[in-house]
Amino acid sequence: MIAAHAKATGKVVASIATTMLGLLLVTFVISRFLPTDPVLAIVGDHASASTIAAARVQLGLNHPIPIQFLLYIQHVLGGDFGMSLRTSHPVLEDLLHVFPATLELATWGIVIGVVLGVPLGVWAAVRKDTLIDHAIRFVGLVGYSMPIFWLGIMGLLIFYAELSWLPGPGRLDFGYEDLVTPITGIMTVDTLLQGDYDMFWNAVSHLILPASLLGYFSLAYISRMTRSLMLSQLRQEYVLTARVKGVPERRIVWKHAMGNVMVPLLTVIALSYGNLLEGSVLTETVFTWHGIGLYITNAIFGQDLPAVMGGTIVIGLVYIIINTLTDVAYRFLDPRAR
Amino acid sequence: MAALQANGWVIAVTPPDWRRWLLTDTPGSRWQARAGRAYLSWVAFARNPLAMIGLLIVLVLVAMAAFAPWLTNWNPLSGGDVLTERLLPPGGAHWLGTDQQARDIWSRIVFGSRTSLLIIFMVAITAAPLGVIIGASAGYVGGWLDTALMRITDAFLAFPKLVLALAFAAALGAGIENAILAIAITSWPPYARIARSETLTIRNTDYISAARMSGASGIRILLGHILPMCLPSLVVRVTLDMAGIILIAAGLGFLGLGVAPPQPEWGSMVSDGRNQILEQWWVCTYPGIAIFVVSLGFNLIGDALRDVLDPREQ
Repeated sequence: MIAAHAKATGKVVASIATTMLGLLLVTFVISRFLPTDPVLAIVGDHASASTIAAARVQLGLNHPIPIQFLLYIQHVLGGDFGMSLRTSHPVLEDLLHVFPATLELATWGIVIGVVLGVPLGVWAAVRKDTLIDHAIRFVGLVGYSMPIFWLGIMGLLIFYAELSWLPGPGRLDFGYEDLVTPITGIMTVDTLLQGDYDMFWNAVSHLILPASLLGYFSLAYISRMTRSLMLSQLRQEYVLTARVKGVPERRIVWKHAMGNVMVPLLTVIALSYGNLLEGSVLTETVFTWHGIGLYITNAIFGQDLPAVMGGTIVIGLVYIIINTLTDVAYRFLDPRAR
Repeated sequence: MAALQANGWVIAVTPPDWRRWLLTDTPGSRWQARAGRAYLSWVAFARNPLAMIGLLIVLVLVAMAAFAPWLTNWNPLSGGDVLTERLLPPGGAHWLGTDQQARDIWSRIVFGSRTSLLIIFMVAITAAPLGVIIGASAGYVGGWLDTALMRITDAFLAFPKLVLALAFAAALGAGIENAILAIAITSWPPYARIARSETLTIRNTDYISAARMSGASGIRILLGHILPMCLPSLVVRVTLDMAGIILIAAGLGFLGLGVAPPQPEWGSMVSDGRNQILEQWWVCTYPGIAIFVVSLGFNLIGDALRDVLDPREQ
C-alpha cells in the first residue's frame, strides 16, 4: 500500500518535472532566439564592444546552446529569474510580492463562479429545453464571447463613474493604502488580522467588480459543464429507479445525481481556476490591480523581457501544479480511476 | 414525374430531384454519401435559430470587410481637423462619433473588420496545418518521435494561451505579423492532439496496409490517405476556436501588441478610448461591442455545430 503510494507520488513528480522541463524549453527559446537582443537590452545601444563582450560572458551567452539551456534551468530552479530592467529588483522578488494580489482576485472570482455557476447549470439541466435552459445557456455563451477588458471598463463606467455604487480601480482607497501591514499580502485577510473592519469592507468593495468579472468568466464554463454532466446523470437508470420509488426530485438531483457529478466537476472547477490566471492579466490591467497580470503588462510596455519571462514561467508553473493536483485528487476521489 | 405536374400539393410531398439524390439510401459514390450527410447536418444546423443568427453575424462581418470602402465616406487612417472635429459625440455626419485624432469611429470599425478577418484566416491556415503535420507524423511514425513531439505539445499546453501569446508577442515586438505568429504558435497543440488520435485509429486499417503493400511511401500515405481523414474533425475544431482567436487578438491589441498604430484594430481602439472613458464613452464602447458581437457570432455557430455533430448532448 505504502509502496503503491510512493510509486504514484513518484509518477506525479516525474510528470510535473517533464512538463516543467518542456515549459522551460519554450521560455528559453523565446528569450534566446527572438529578435530582442538580451545583451543590448541590458547595456543599452551605445555600449562599447568590450562592455558587450563582458555582458555576454556574464549572461553565459558564450557557451554552446545546450549548455546555455542547462545553465538556464539551473538558474530558474535556483530562483534566479534575472533582474527586472524596469524595477531593478530581482524578478522573483517582484513576483512573490505581487502574487498574493492575483491569488486573492482569482480565488474570489472562482468562488463567485462556483456559487452561481453550479446551481445555474443544475437548473438548466433540470429544465432542459425550456426557456430557462435557453436563457442560462445564452448567458454562458455571452460570457464566452465577452472581451473581458472591455466589460471591465464598462463596469467601471457604469458602477463607479455614473452610479458611484462601487469604488474605482486599485485594491484600496488612496487614504488606506499605506495603513495595511502586509502579512499575507491578501488584503481581505490582512485587514481582518489587523482588526480594522472599515478597511476590510473597503478592500471588499474594491474586489466586487473585478472578482465578479472573473466570476462571470468562469461561470460561463462551469454552468455549461455542470449542465452537461448533470444531464448525463439524469439519464441513468438509478435515477429512474429512485423516481419510481417516489424519492422527491429535489433529493434525486442534489443527493443522488450530484454525488456522481461532484468528482468530474472538481476537474472543471480546477481547470477554470487555472484559466482565471489568464483572465486576470487583462482584468488587472483594467483595474490597476497590482498582481502578476499587471506586472507582466507593465513589463511589456517597459520592454522588460526578463520580467515578462519570469511572470510567464510562474503562471505556467502554477497552471501545471493546479492541473496535476486535480489529476491526483480525481484519482483519489473516484475509485474507478485508480 | 407525373406527380410533379399534377398540382401544388403533390409537388410539396415529392422532394425535388436534388434532395432525393442527396437523401438516397443507395448512394452511387462515397462522395454522394458524404454530401448527403453534410446536407442532413445542415438541415439540423439551420433548424437552430441561434445558429442562423451566428451565421448572419459572420456573413455581415465578411461583407463589411469586402465592401468596406463603400460603407463609409471617412478615411479610417487619418482624421479631420483636430481642433474642431476631435472627440465629437455620436450623431450627425459621424454617426458613432470621432476619436482623439478626429478619426471617424464607424469607419475604423468597418476597416477593422478586415484586420480581424485577416488574423483569424492567417492563424487558421498556419496553426491548423502545423498541428496536423506534427500530430499526424507523431501518430503515424510512433516511437521516440511520437514521445518527443507529444512532450513538446504538452509543454505548449502548460501555459494559458493568452499568457504564452503575450510572451511571444512581447519578444517579437508589436505588429500584425507578429501578433498572428504569436497566436498561431499558441494555437496548434490541440490540432496536433486531434490529428494524432485520428491517425492512431486509422494507422492499422486495411486500406492503409493495402496502400503500403502497393509500395506507397510513408509521406504519400500520410498526405494522401491519413490527412484527408483528419480534416473533418479539424475543420470543426478550428471553427470552434475562432471566437477564442478573436478575443486573444483583441487582448493583444488592447495591450499594445496588435497592429502598428494608424491601422484600425478593435482591441487597440478600446485601449485608445480608455483614457477618455468618463467624458467620451463612445470611443471605447463601440469597438468593444464589435468584438463582442463577432465573437458571439462565431460562438453561436460553434455551439450549434457541437450540437449537430455530437448527438450525445441531445
